[in-house]
Amino acid sequence: MLEVKGLCKSFGALRASDGIDFHVAEGETHALIGPNGAGKTTFISQLAGDLRPDAGRIRFAGEDITALSAPKRARKGLARSFQITSVYPGFTALENVALAVQARSGHSFRFWRDARSDPALTAPARQVLEEVGLKERTTVLAGNLAHGEQRQLEVAMALATRPRLLLLDEPMAGMGIDESQHMIGLLASLKRRQTIVLVEHDMDAVFRLADRIAVLVYGRVIADGAPESIRANPEVRAAYLGEGA
Amino acid sequence: MTWALVFEQLLNGLQYGVMLFLMAAGLTLVFGIMNLVNLAHGSLYMVGAYLAAAATQWSGSYLLGVALGLAGTLVVGMAVEVIALRTLYERDHLDQVLATFGLILFFNELIAIVWGRAPLYSSLPPWLQGHVKLFAGSTYPVYRAAVIVVGLLVAALLWYVVTRTRLGMLVRAGASNRTMVGALGVNIQLLYTIVFGFGAALAGLAGLMAGPIYAVQPGMGELILIQVFVVIVIGGIGSIRGALAGAIIVGVVDTLGRAFLKPLLGTVIPPTAAEAAGPALASMLIYLLMAVVLAVKPAGLFANR
Amino acid sequence: MRSRLIPWGVAALLLVALPPFVIALGAPYYVDLVRRILILAIAAISLNLILGYGGLVSFGHAAYLGIGAYAVGILGFYGITNGWVHLLVAIGACALVAAAIGAVSMRTSGIYFIMITLAFTQMLYYLGISLEVYGGDDGMRLKSKSQFAGLVDLRDPVAFYYVALGVMLLFVFLTYRIVNSRFGMALRAAKSNDARSRAIGLSPYPYRLAAFIIAGAMCGVAGALYANHTSYITPGLMAWHQSGEMMFMVILGGMASTAGPVLGTFALLLIEEALKGWTEHWQVILGPLLVLAVVFFRRGLAGIFFKPDA
Repeated sequence: MLEVKGLCKSFGALRASDGIDFHVAEGETHALIGPNGAGKTTFISQLAGDLRPDAGRIRFAGEDITALSAPKRARKGLARSFQITSVYPGFTALENVALAVQARSGHSFRFWRDARSDPALTAPARQVLEEVGLKERTTVLAGNLAHGEQRQLEVAMALATRPRLLLLDEPMAGMGIDESQHMIGLLASLKRRQTIVLVEHDMDAVFRLADRIAVLVYGRVIADGAPESIRANPEVRAAYLGEGA
Repeated sequence: MTWALVFEQLLNGLQYGVMLFLMAAGLTLVFGIMNLVNLAHGSLYMVGAYLAAAATQWSGSYLLGVALGLAGTLVVGMAVEVIALRTLYERDHLDQVLATFGLILFFNELIAIVWGRAPLYSSLPPWLQGHVKLFAGSTYPVYRAAVIVVGLLVAALLWYVVTRTRLGMLVRAGASNRTMVGALGVNIQLLYTIVFGFGAALAGLAGLMAGPIYAVQPGMGELILIQVFVVIVIGGIGSIRGALAGAIIVGVVDTLGRAFLKPLLGTVIPPTAAEAAGPALASMLIYLLMAVVLAVKPAGLFANR
Repeated sequence: MRSRLIPWGVAALLLVALPPFVIALGAPYYVDLVRRILILAIAAISLNLILGYGGLVSFGHAAYLGIGAYAVGILGFYGITNGWVHLLVAIGACALVAAAIGAVSMRTSGIYFIMITLAFTQMLYYLGISLEVYGGDDGMRLKSKSQFAGLVDLRDPVAFYYVALGVMLLFVFLTYRIVNSRFGMALRAAKSNDARSRAIGLSPYPYRLAAFIIAGAMCGVAGALYANHTSYITPGLMAWHQSGEMMFMVILGGMASTAGPVLGTFALLLIEEALKGWTEHWQVILGPLLVLAVVFFRRGLAGIFFKPDA
């Protein structure tokens, strides 16, 4: 589904991405872990289309998307959630997800019909919101949602675009124990139907959800394989001293 | 259309460009360090022109008038910063635009109350009058030549400040980050006031130099300010180098266009059409240039941030 | 929506009742005054679409006021007085210019966008000044008002007033529909969170450009009406003072609300009217008032009465 070859990105003297190879098979949940500053966010940004790589190729579902802009990639089925919550705070949860549904439908040049009461938008939005567990909160302004609920909304918006690949950037950032468990449950249920790239610090989640784990350190992938082999890998342990693997 | 005429207009373009540079440098400094867009920059230009003209008339001495005009603009600038602008640093650009727009209305009317709306007469001392001889028998007004010299000197001074001093380091780093500035052990409030005053002095200098050449009247600041915007867009905001390059380009293009476009057009289209189209096109020239630059380099030629 | 119909209904009724009321009181001047406010409110409504809802700080919106006015003036100069033609040309010319300016300007953002929109408007202002045949700096007198044969005679001040009122209410309604449509939601989403919009596949550029064109065209209608109102057209209509004033009308009233631009226009122009009656140097008072308004009064008047639209 996703094939990254030789991705390089430098900021001045800093090599944020140093020849990264990364493959995700269809239906797989492939996690990406690494210490802070390893270049995970830079990598995700390049996958999503917000940053242009200096070198390397990205193939998505057999198509080279390296030169495509972020909106174009989203329309091809590459959805993402942000590490720092990025929703529409002045709109309700329902309106947020409805916008994602609207984006998917591709018919946004309609000037007359009220979008807020259009069942073609609100019905699928409600469905997704129920799926992520926000059924009771549809009329709440996104800015007023609890932090954990906003993270759920992030996932909902990514789902609403009916993606072929989900790029989840630390979906559990800043969550407490209960909220994390809930999110892990949600992601576990998504595993069966989605191809997922999961960037996370929460090792509990990573080892429960991931089919394969890649470890990024200083812009290079130092290990990439099944969870057990990663857990036992001495290099990984060295890089992650004390991070609880 | 002789070469002497072209050369004279080139010099005029340089002279206008130098004035644009003084304005652009002040504006871009303030924006680069304090992230403040100040529409009232043109008002400081106007204040400089008026204070210098009034001080010259009152004291009888041109140089004293210049000194008082500069000092006065510096004081006015710092007063404006302390009274009105401090609250705006944290606001978004829209708020800054609107608030400084209100300041423009205030200053224009204040000047009109004190000095009336009729253009003010700015006199020149004898040693700045007359013409200086150039090559091939052509001459050029002494005053305009002096403006060019002063402007280039200031440009050199600014270059020195920007590349050799701490303040310049802040400018180049595009430091609108208060914590970083504070980490350098600098009193931020004082720094901002001084920078703003400096920018005001530059504008005042441009204004008092403009006095004898252009009309000194309420609203004169806005006419030049918009051209200063074009300079900054072309040169790239936050960059002194860009301000100089943009200013020279705009000054020369605008001046040459106004002087030669009509006669040039007259060679390819009937003179009556050129009579109308010439000035119209000439006045649009620098904006069209801006559009072209934007199409190729959306952040300006020497973009910094 | 329900709850808003009542205040709007009341306001509309008051405005409808105004002309007979003030004429009975022997003060027909107020018909002219309020008519001018209504026409400029139309311009403010159009600016609100891109500034309030779209988040585009366009400092050059007065250009379309001028283009609309000159469309009427220039056509009249050549003997074309059909009002429908006037409107069509005003709308068409504004749409074209907005498309051109928008296409170039929207490659930039932030401070650049503000300066560029201002610069382009100034360019049109200078163009207006340099066209001597249409009056240049002095402007041109409108020889005949737009003719809407059989429908309405704009020379009748009260009839013209009702036309202005009707158009304003129509545009309020149109704006309401647009901002709540799919297009409007996409535009407002782009303002709310640009990165998020791109991430779900909504590229902001086409929506912003379309909004820019629509707003320009709407303002062109205001310009055409304004030309008929003053019977005199000058390049000063496009000067940046006008643009700045229009922005204040939108901000003061409360951005991103349907009532905002109307409230703001009434407030600003009535304050100006009061100040003008007091001193010829009214701008020296208005200036600091505006500064204070920006510093202290950001949410605008509509924020007091209605909850903002987001």
